[in-house]
Amino acid sequence: MSPSLIHAIPLSGQVINLCAAIMLLLGFAMLSQRRVLTLINLFMLQGLVLFVSTLIVALTTDQSHLLWSAGLTLILKVFALPYILHRLIRRLSVKWDIETLLNIPTIMLIGIALVVIAFNVAQPISQLSGTITRATIGIALACVLLAFLMMITRSKAVPQVIAFLAMENALFFAATSATYGMPMVVELGIALDVMVGMVILGVFFFQIREQFDSLDIRHMERMKDE
Amino acid sequence: MHEFLLIDWVLTTALVWLLIGLIGVVFQHNFTLISRVLFPLGAVCGLALAGLALSGIDGSPQVLVLPIGLPDLPFHLRLDALSSFFLLLLGATAAGISIYAAGYIRKGEGTAPGLQCLLYHLFLTSMAFVLLADDGYAFMVAWETMALSSFFLVTSEHRHDEIRRAGYLYLLVAHVGAVGILLSFGVMAGSAGDYTFDAMRDFPTLGIWPTIAFLLALFGFGAKAGLLPLHVWLPEAHPAAPSPVSAMMSGVMLKTAIYGLLRVSFDLLHAQLWWWGALLLLLGLASAIFGAIFSTVQTDMKRLLAYSSIENIGLIFVGFGLTLIFQSFAMPQLAALALVATLYHCLNHAFFKSLLFLCTGSVLHATRERNLGKLGGLIHRMPWVTWLALVGVLASAGLPPLNGFVSEWLLLQSFLFTSGLPQGYLNMLLPLVAGAIALIAALAGFAMVKFFGVVFLGQPREEKLAQAHDAGRLERIGLLWLAAGCLLLGLLPNVVITLLDPVTRQLVGSGLSFAASSHGWWLLAPISEDRASYSPAIFLGSIVVLMPLVYWVVNRRFRRRLKRVPPWDCGFPLQTSRMQDTAEGFGQPIRRIFSPFFKRTREHPSPFDTQPRYRSLVEDPFWYWLYLPIARIVGYGTRIIAFLQQGRIAIYLLYSFVTLIALLVWTRG
Repeated sequence: MSPSLIHAIPLSGQVINLCAAIMLLLGFAMLSQRRVLTLINLFMLQGLVLFVSTLIVALTTDQSHLLWSAGLTLILKVFALPYILHRLIRRLSVKWDIETLLNIPTIMLIGIALVVIAFNVAQPISQLSGTITRATIGIALACVLLAFLMMITRSKAVPQVIAFLAMENALFFAATSATYGMPMVVELGIALDVMVGMVILGVFFFQIREQFDSLDIRHMERMKDE
Repeated sequence: MHEFLLIDWVLTTALVWLLIGLIGVVFQHNFTLISRVLFPLGAVCGLALAGLALSGIDGSPQVLVLPIGLPDLPFHLRLDALSSFFLLLLGATAAGISIYAAGYIRKGEGTAPGLQCLLYHLFLTSMAFVLLADDGYAFMVAWETMALSSFFLVTSEHRHDEIRRAGYLYLLVAHVGAVGILLSFGVMAGSAGDYTFDAMRDFPTLGIWPTIAFLLALFGFGAKAGLLPLHVWLPEAHPAAPSPVSAMMSGVMLKTAIYGLLRVSFDLLHAQLWWWGALLLLLGLASAIFGAIFSTVQTDMKRLLAYSSIENIGLIFVGFGLTLIFQSFAMPQLAALALVATLYHCLNHAFFKSLLFLCTGSVLHATRERNLGKLGGLIHRMPWVTWLALVGVLASAGLPPLNGFVSEWLLLQSFLFTSGLPQGYLNMLLPLVAGAIALIAALAGFAMVKFFGVVFLGQPREEKLAQAHDAGRLERIGLLWLAAGCLLLGLLPNVVITLLDPVTRQLVGSGLSFAASSHGWWLLAPISEDRASYSPAIFLGSIVVLMPLVYWVVNRRFRRRLKRVPPWDCGFPLQTSRMQDTAEGFGQPIRRIFSPFFKRTREHPSPFDTQPRYRSLVEDPFWYWLYLPIARIVGYGTRIIAFLQQGRIAIYLLYSFVTLIALLVWTRG
């Protein structure tokens, strides 16, 4: 790569690109991670990266509401949610649970295919978008799809919820990179949704375990109406 | 503040009904209030509405825009001659039924009285709104409210399985029909997306779209009216509902469907094609024959009346079809004649069928029995109900000087002019239809003789019938009102025809008023005096004179010579009330003659059976020809679709995932 091209991207842009790369990496890491505890840590890390990238976007573009978003991300996704999840798996005594994932290489390959699709799909959007972060739209979309894939491949309740939260992270990242974030009201609403959803799912976990003596949602298959 | 117009008064009356219903549900524990104040008040509202509508018929159309509903989508209302006529029908019938319901409603029967009060009055309000609506949106809202409120009224005694099933069937057909109506409005609204009837009136009359709109409307309104082959809900829902509700549904609700189709085919679509009329005529004829035949073989008195409703709706559609045929060949005078017959029959049927349904309600309360085989001899216990039912029965059988005769006679009169039609096939076939209508009238008479004879005449077939009591005072008022309506509509045809004049002028551009007025009030000659004329007054006069005369002569000649002696037993040493002609027995010849129409299962006891049981079940063949195949196809389709439901969350997520990817790729490409 010629030096002039590197100079074309300002430092803030490079940091954001770095963050995006880390996001994608974390997405893959979560996709292939078996341990619940590690999964939560990865999720926390993803929140942290999200916070950093949002903060940089906020500082470079003088979008004051993005500062609020960044703060909210830090509090909610780096501290609150991982803390709740930690407590939850302790209470549910699934801290050292290992989930048997079938055929990790295949899942990874599907993930790569998804990234290709995401980049291909995001290309026209990136061209339309005028933000400094537009290069990362593809990555954000890829993260969404990877989180979705994770939701499909997991059969235990807690990893599925983490996948859901990761998807929300990725969506937030996509919104930031495409349009400098959503309006404040929407963001607050989403943050509240995530909190409430977390609480409800927490209650739900206990109910599932009470009913089936396990957190494996495959047990719920027999609730199907015959 | 604008002037308080007639339409505002009509609207106010309709809303007072709603208010009465709400009061009823608020004070639902005060039974006296509900039965002695609210329902009679509803009847007064009905009278008021009838009076207002009467003055609205020859007034100019009035419009009103109500700022309710969705934003930018207000309710448009309109009062013109057509809607006024049907509002008159609604108000006048509702007055009788409401006052009857005040006496009929009981605690501890099905739905609580307060709730029934709300549903009943909501039903009335929604029907008034259906008649007033001037845009597709208001119409559909009112139409669906009508369907839902009547559904809950039908399933008032929802603890019985069969009643729930009847309600479900009713709701299903009502909704399928509503889809048809909605699509029809959609076609007429066109691409402009303006659903006011005013915009639909500008719908271009070229091409195939008017036909599509008409056929969809026919499907939708036909489902509500109980036109063949969408009639199956009617004989199920009418017996299931409490009697005032059956009366309301049969008497008025079916007519809202006629109103809707009249509105669509004459007001919204201007140019009619003759084969629309021929189609209506055929469907109506099929319904009428089918209903008449089936009503003769029923053993449940309310089912008998329900099939009779199908028959009458069929006759109304025959008149409607004939109107369309005449109109499409630009013969407004004859179209007006056929339309008068149609509308007249709507009004007549509303009166006599409500009367009969209410009579069955009184019988039901007095005996707890709907099965004709267990009734009989009620004339001694229930003289009021019997004599008033006789009026309804005579009217329904189409005998002069009652109202049923006038409309059927007018209908047959209009058939006599079909030879002037410039269409060869119609010329040949329509006289056959006239013949079929004569057959239908005879069959209807047969069914009515059966109904009246088995229920009221002869000897009681059960012990418990001795305890039967006559209708209460409020019930009698309701029955009297409707019976008086039957009599007056029969005696004063000229008044009614003059009243109908603005309606026919609005729809087909011609009227019969000159025919009604040119020969004085007592002689009706729809086309000319030397072709055909009818004078109910002379008829009534001769009946009044001749009947006592005959009675007197017979009495005088035979009374003295008649000796009562123990009869030779004719091989019947013991004679019980069971040996009377039963409902099954009475209908047997018809069942034999028309056997291809029925699907029949019989169980005969063997001679050595110690507990002999005779069972004969006559079923509607349409179930087997049409509905069960459709149900099987739907069942098969849903089983295939049910394959999607695997019960695994991962699979469900995969569905959304694949959809997401597909959509993304699609928007990209």
